Amino acid sequence: MRRAKTVTKFKIKPQSNIDGHPFRLLTSNFLESKTATIATVIMFGILLIAFFAPLISSQNPYDLAQITILDGTLAPGLKGHQGTTYWLGTDDQGRDMLSAILYGLRISLAIGLSSGFLALIFGTAIGLLAAYYGGKLDVLVMRIVDLQLSFPALLIALVLLAILGRGIDKVIFALVISQWAYFARTVRGTALVEKKKEYIEAANCLALSTKRIMFRHLLPNCMPPLIVIGAVNVANAIALEATLSFLGVGLPITEPSLGLLISNGYEYMLSGQYWISVFPGIALLVTVASINIFTERLREVLNPRLEK
Amino acid sequence: MTVFLVRRMIQSVIILWVMSLLVFTGVYAIGNPVDMLIDPQSSQEVRETAIRNLGLDRPLWVQYIVFLKGAVRGNLGNSFIYNMPALKLITQRLPATLELATSAMMIAIFVGLPLGIVAGLKSKSAIGRGIMTCSILGFSLPNFWVGLMFVMIFSITLGWLPTSGRGETVEIFGIGISFLTIDGLKHLILPALTLSLFPLALIIRLTKAGVEETWLSEFVKFARSKGLTMNRIILVHILKNILIPVVTVTGIQFGMLLAFAVVTETVFAWPGMGKLIIDSINYLDRPVIVAYLLVTVIIFIIINLIVDTLYSVLDPRVGIGE
Repeated sequence: MRRAKTVTKFKIKPQSNIDGHPFRLLTSNFLESKTATIATVIMFGILLIAFFAPLISSQNPYDLAQITILDGTLAPGLKGHQGTTYWLGTDDQGRDMLSAILYGLRISLAIGLSSGFLALIFGTAIGLLAAYYGGKLDVLVMRIVDLQLSFPALLIALVLLAILGRGIDKVIFALVISQWAYFARTVRGTALVEKKKEYIEAANCLALSTKRIMFRHLLPNCMPPLIVIGAVNVANAIALEATLSFLGVGLPITEPSLGLLISNGYEYMLSGQYWISVFPGIALLVTVASINIFTERLREVLNPRLEK
Repeated sequence: MTVFLVRRMIQSVIILWVMSLLVFTGVYAIGNPVDMLIDPQSSQEVRETAIRNLGLDRPLWVQYIVFLKGAVRGNLGNSFIYNMPALKLITQRLPATLELATSAMMIAIFVGLPLGIVAGLKSKSAIGRGIMTCSILGFSLPNFWVGLMFVMIFSITLGWLPTSGRGETVEIFGIGISFLTIDGLKHLILPALTLSLFPLALIIRLTKAGVEETWLSEFVKFARSKGLTMNRIILVHILKNILIPVVTVTGIQFGMLLAFAVVTETVFAWPGMGKLIIDSINYLDRPVIVAYLLVTVIIFIIINLIVDTLYSVLDPRVGIGE
């Protein structure tokens, strides 16, 4: 049985290596792992759900006209006094937990994606400049990066938020500041290797402008590891934001992300009303885990050394 | 070696100074602690005396110089809330955090190494894949939520373990330690387990990667062809070679644990440094915030130094003299 399997693999693989666009090859390689495929489907599903949350959810949990305190802390599956069924229960204000989770997911994802994206741009630009110009700039940048990476991101974000106060923009700022260094270090490492290759030399000989060489020639070749780090950072940012909000230094109560929902449910949990805290937590876990499994597989596929 | 240590000492002093400057200016931009400390209905006169007594009427740079003068003598200022030296407050709480972090690290190492070895040797089998998928979960589980779930399951539903606090402690050299009493141990299990999940996942992954790599190397093939037992190959030949990255990561992770203890301590009301910093941030207790950060920086510097030195001990090829 096992032997037959390896034989077929041997036959098909070289063929698919010859024809086919690199992207298609990558996807077919990626889909070989069942877990990763399922995780990817879940990940895109969550993105869609979060994007269309106002259309899907049965109520806007932050429109006071739509919620009624009479339906407060109902257990999952119970019917409210107007006959609506709350599949995941309600919180103390009578908010439908399912709707609250959908809206919370939106905020969590928005923060994760935007801070990941900004950190990517900021870190990549600095790392690329350091690698390209080298010398004192490089030494200075790498010293700062080393110093920053020796402290946990959580601690840096915590201190920044203690100083800045609460708010979405402040949380995003703190997350970018605490995560840019990962990008800078990665892109610098790759760029230093790429810089020595012939195509950069050729571009130099053609007297192309520095800007063109850096962004059109060097940057695209540094992208693969950056994509992986970027995805990891989005997952980390979502988890970090939830943690910061739980600690009471993240988002204000008016913009409840998943972390804040969990935190709000904490006191009710001790009296047995588990659903206010548990379901947002599961939503958070599924989101972060699906992104992490996706990235894990992406890393494997993009790194040819691991394919043995 | 001496040159290396001296250079590191000089670097550390510079880092500490830069951090103190950054943190001091940053923290002193937060709100007005007097509003938190004095009854808002008290007269203007009372307010002004309080401000003067705390030294808050002077310009920032004067305050910083006063702070620096005290800091080189080991005095990081008095806490506004507890009215005692901030440094003393932190050193009182430090043992609890260290105990929590050490226990978590122990769990991570003693569970993570065997699981990682199994996953590495059987990477294609269901067990290996299962361990690796679980390790991704370990990365993804939000620390505080796991803590909450543990409390819900083991404390509230099953009633096996206490929800919060540190329990009974035993005094050793004047430091309270809780893992020596049964009650203390009961209080320790859940927080330590919660905190250990992240380093556990990391150690599993590192060990697995290391085992897979060394398994293909010549010396393992040679050991196998000599007919050595599996146990000997794994415990002597493989383990020795994968220990270096594991030790490095363990060291660095220990620092991370001290930071993540902030979260775990908040969930379990564990009376450590992390709980103190969150309270201080909420009460704007500036001296404690500054002192906490400087103590953390010192701990990190020490950990990095130990890791770098251990590196050259474990692998003689790594020189530290540069």
